[in-house]
Amino acid sequence: MRKFLSILLVIMAFGLFSQESVRAVEPSEILDDPKLEARARELSKNLRCLVCQNESIDESNADLAKDLRILLRERLKAGDTDEEAVQYLVDRYGEYVLLKPRFALHTLVLWIGPFLVLLIGAYALWRARRKVVAAPAAKKVEADLSEEERKRLQELLESEK
Amino acid sequence: MIVELGHFALVLAFAVAVYQTVVPLYGAMRGSSRLMNVAAPAAAVQFVLVMIAFAALTWAYLTSDFSVVNVWANSHTAKPLLYKITGVWSNHEGSMLLWVLILALFGMAIAIFSGNLPQSLKARVLGVQGSISVAFLLYITTVSNPFERIPPDRVPMQGRGINPLLQDPALAFHPPLLYAGYVGFSVAFSFALAALMEGKVDAAWARWVRPWTLAAWMFLTAGIALGSWWAYYELGWGGWWFWDPVENASLMPWLAGVALLHSAIVVEKRNALKIWTILLAIIAFSLSLIGTFLVRSGVLSSVHAFAVDPERGVFILMILLFFIGGSFLLYAARAGSLKTGGLFAPVSREGALVVNNLLMSAAAAAVFIGTLFPLVYEAVTGGGKITVGAPYFNFTFGILMIPLLVLIPVGPMLSWKRADLMVALKRLWVAAAVSVVVVPLIIVMAKGSILAALGIAIGIWIIAGSLEEMAQRIKLFRCPLGTSLRRLWNMPGQALGMTLAHAGMGFVMLGIVVSSTWKEEVITSLKPGEAVQIAGYEVKFLDERQDTGPDYVAEQAHFDVLENGRKIATLYSEKRTFVARRGMPTTEVGLLHFFSGDLYVAIGDQDNRGRVVRIYFHPFIWLMWLGGLLMFLGGFVSLMDRRFRVGVPKTARDRLAAQPAE
Repeated sequence: MRKFLSILLVIMAFGLFSQESVRAVEPSEILDDPKLEARARELSKNLRCLVCQNESIDESNADLAKDLRILLRERLKAGDTDEEAVQYLVDRYGEYVLLKPRFALHTLVLWIGPFLVLLIGAYALWRARRKVVAAPAAKKVEADLSEEERKRLQELLESEK
Repeated sequence: MIVELGHFALVLAFAVAVYQTVVPLYGAMRGSSRLMNVAAPAAAVQFVLVMIAFAALTWAYLTSDFSVVNVWANSHTAKPLLYKITGVWSNHEGSMLLWVLILALFGMAIAIFSGNLPQSLKARVLGVQGSISVAFLLYITTVSNPFERIPPDRVPMQGRGINPLLQDPALAFHPPLLYAGYVGFSVAFSFALAALMEGKVDAAWARWVRPWTLAAWMFLTAGIALGSWWAYYELGWGGWWFWDPVENASLMPWLAGVALLHSAIVVEKRNALKIWTILLAIIAFSLSLIGTFLVRSGVLSSVHAFAVDPERGVFILMILLFFIGGSFLLYAARAGSLKTGGLFAPVSREGALVVNNLLMSAAAAAVFIGTLFPLVYEAVTGGGKITVGAPYFNFTFGILMIPLLVLIPVGPMLSWKRADLMVALKRLWVAAAVSVVVVPLIIVMAKGSILAALGIAIGIWIIAGSLEEMAQRIKLFRCPLGTSLRRLWNMPGQALGMTLAHAGMGFVMLGIVVSSTWKEEVITSLKPGEAVQIAGYEVKFLDERQDTGPDYVAEQAHFDVLENGRKIATLYSEKRTFVARRGMPTTEVGLLHFFSGDLYVAIGDQDNRGRVVRIYFHPFIWLMWLGGLLMFLGGFVSLMDRRFRVGVPKTARDRLAAQPAE
């Protein structure tokens, strides 16, 4: 399970099709260490600008977003790991600050919901299919056809394609 | 006077809608032909009445009649004509009126084009359609009246103007298209409910439903593409999709609509998946209603949500409960009575369409859950706040979409009932070869990530696979070219439409991956005379000046674009402040389209060093818009298929085709 989760996290980290958005980061904020700065950029894409609509602090021009960017960079400079730095912000501003909610009990519905829909749908269709297979009527219609009729049916279907 | 006339017509329309609902539905139950026959004329009368109401409101806008609250709050005398007209639906009340207008239009269209529908089915479809009108007309006339007057002694001299962001040609036509899509699904919904009442779903039913669903889906596709294009050039962030609740609201019915289109094919051709298709029709329209609700009730605040009013929210919630709850109850009660048929093996054309349906539904569920989760969470935990942002959607949506995209070219290669996967894959060998070759090329030569290479390979796989399917259909290179071309010309609209729409999806995928992988950005502040380099171009800031439009003033910055030291174009980028709504400046982006991509220049505020400019290069982003256009065209070509024009006399070719082929 742990391994599965960590693989999942790696995929998430890629962010699949996440678009590079506007960089609101101002020149004065940028850290001297490019590695640290890159980490800060990556982390701030997943942190919400609390006063904006649906924007990350990486994209937002709001003052609060700027404060958060600086705060994040200070934590990284102080030697925090990525997790520690993010946890620091979560402690202060709540889980609301995360654009990607954590995988936990209270977000279970969110994370597995779509996949549950997939499974339930597949199960429902599979059951419906079994019913059709079991139904003698369906078989009978097939069986009732003469060889000639069957050939004719096939041709009709082909021409519809 | 004209305004009151409009108001009066709207109330009359309500009465007619009640009549259109009650009488035909009762008539169908009693088997009374006389009662059922009132449905069609009632639908026509209802449309004319709503049209009169809509025209009256438009008239008030054109004459800037500020004694009407709605006009005063959303218009301005200095507005250009186009925006006076679009002002009608740029606000809550007017947009709901547009919604009902389109609903009534669809109702009348059903009445006109369904002459050969069984009488009871037609009566029931129009009856259900009428009931939706009843709900929305009641809503408009009671809590959302666009004709409300201001007392004569207090009529203002000037209006407050439109939301500046909406004063834009793309957004002027975005709502009507989107609504045509939302409302279009009401037809599939009405057909589904009517079928449940009748207890009968057959191939003919699917053949009637499909064109309406296709039309709705086309409008929705165009509406979403236009909205996305608008966000791209107007919001000045350079992005085109933000997983904003309002965008999600339109994406959900789109996804359900795609699923519905595909499952209706199975009903039509193979008489299977009926119950499932009925369910999808109900879901597609329910999601459209929820989409309207999300945007219109102000329950989710976002850039586009400009209506905040709890009283209306509760009313719309009741409408939602009635239609969604009611239709699901009817479904639960009657779905079992529908005869199932059409057996098929898991690996077959039907099987592929089922997989499409499952993945599309799950993707819609992901968007649905992600959009509503914060709301529900807050309600359940008593004020607990949680954010569901783009990273969540990218992840869940991406995981569900990738297998779906990979399977797009495979589905059409499979035969009905039972298919051989290996045979299908062999028929796709060119597409497979091309897309496999692309992967290392992208990684090594273009320095793309593995993920980008896979994305591009999938895009190419879809496009090449669709073309390969078409090439085999027209026997390209296997018979004289002239014969192939003739076969192409005679190709059924549905088949050609499928090729176009599928290839369009491939282009969208390519556009998304290429433009986001190799995007370049420069954000800096410039003084006049300074220049920046981006993507091989030099963008030089010349100067700025004040510019005035009919109802705004703008700070306009001029840029020269140079390639190899030679000037190739001049760009203007503006920040507009509207007379009527100060404090909400909008950006007017300077855009230059090249084959290799878009050069995008937006200006920000003045800072202590100079003018803040954001310059982007979006490589090959046009592939995405091209993809959207192809999907739309695919829908159109498919809609033109003569097989949809039921009732048309059989042509000589049809009669020939009816003979045994060999």
